[in-house]
Amino acid sequence: MLNIKVLGSGCSNCQRLEAQVKKVVAAQGLGAQIEKVTDYGEIMKYAILATPGLVIDGKLVAAGRVPNDKEIAGWLLQAGGSA
Amino acid sequence: MAIQTTTTPRRGWRADLPVYGKLAGIALLWWAAYSVLLPVSQWLTYSVLGLPRGSQLGESMAFFLYDVPKILLLLSGMIFLIGIVRTFFSPERTRALLGGKRQGIGNVLAAMLGIVTPFCSCSAVPLFIGFVESGIPLGVTFSFLIAAPIINEVAVIMLYGLFGWRVAALYIGTGLVIAIFAGIVIGRFHLERYVEDFVWQLQMGAGGPQENLTWPERIGRASDSVKEIVGKVWPYVIIGIAVGAVIHGFVPESALANIMGKQAWWSVPAAVLLGIPLYSNAAGVIPIVGALIEKGASLGTALAFMMAVVGLSLPEMIILRRVLKPQLIAVFIGVVALAIIFTGYLFNLVM
Repeated sequence: MLNIKVLGSGCSNCQRLEAQVKKVVAAQGLGAQIEKVTDYGEIMKYAILATPGLVIDGKLVAAGRVPNDKEIAGWLLQAGGSA
Repeated sequence: MAIQTTTTPRRGWRADLPVYGKLAGIALLWWAAYSVLLPVSQWLTYSVLGLPRGSQLGESMAFFLYDVPKILLLLSGMIFLIGIVRTFFSPERTRALLGGKRQGIGNVLAAMLGIVTPFCSCSAVPLFIGFVESGIPLGVTFSFLIAAPIINEVAVIMLYGLFGWRVAALYIGTGLVIAIFAGIVIGRFHLERYVEDFVWQLQMGAGGPQENLTWPERIGRASDSVKEIVGKVWPYVIIGIAVGAVIHGFVPESALANIMGKQAWWSVPAAVLLGIPLYSNAAGVIPIVGALIEKGASLGTALAFMMAVVGLSLPEMIILRRVLKPQLIAVFIGVVALAIIFTGYLFNLVM
């Protein structure tokens, strides 16, 4: 079961990222726990400089932008493959 | 935490030809569309719709039909180019570039980097924390935070599209000067104690994943950002230009000269004070500002209003409240507002 965290405090980009991740996860039929992290203390633990951030199974894969569906699917498959 | 670097395997430029071909095709179409804008908009207004030349409705319609596609085309094209430039920069890189620079030089560099570093206002907090944590002086960090939202690419592109390159260049120059000056002043006051305490206790972070992008990837990123930004602002562009078109066609010349023209000395501070609580993205406010200028508002007052609306926004202040104590926020707003007012007066005198 993949653990996905969307880091961001609620601006439109962060919300878009969360919606997109949910969409891709559903489309891939993967089991994943998707968590939205809005507290800055928690967010800064991942040491990013720009939100939104995407963390899959503890690894930061994107920061400061909203990646497209293909990229997200790619990372999910990579993470699922090595689990 | 180690910085991860990702590099996509190179395929050789032949495999990438389809991407370049598509890009060239789109560029050609763009150029063709841009060239026919004026004649087509005139033809649509005066021949197809049959509106009389010189009439108020005719003027408004021609303005609208010309400027909407023009601005949208300009936005698409230039955001794409800026998007490519931005793939060469990242907040992490900016932070590395700024590390160790002292006040003065640091402020100038920070302000310039604020233009090219990708930045969305919700990133203000992580970015602020990350910069300050790695030893970048408070004033230098502020220069970056002031320049980034004001010298916003949509604002500059629309100014260029509606008023020409001189006004756009002026806007960029003034934005830089304001950011540098305000950053230096804030630095001089040594306001570190007004940053929320938890910021100083956090560990310095390595930042996001470092990426080495191939050219097709850069093109892809830039295209994504065009879709994202134009997708967000096009309704505002249309509404803004529609209001501007109405003002252009229906409001008599010089109607506003009394209250917004050069003679009214209080118009600059009033415009700035009015602009601070207002929040709009650049796309919506510029066409209106442009039409106002046409009707007698002086350039200095109008630009000051615009900078106050775009540069000092309530949502951004609310976000920054998480890391800045109220005193520092007040100083921030005050210094930037004064800088904008000063600039407004300067333009009114000089232009």
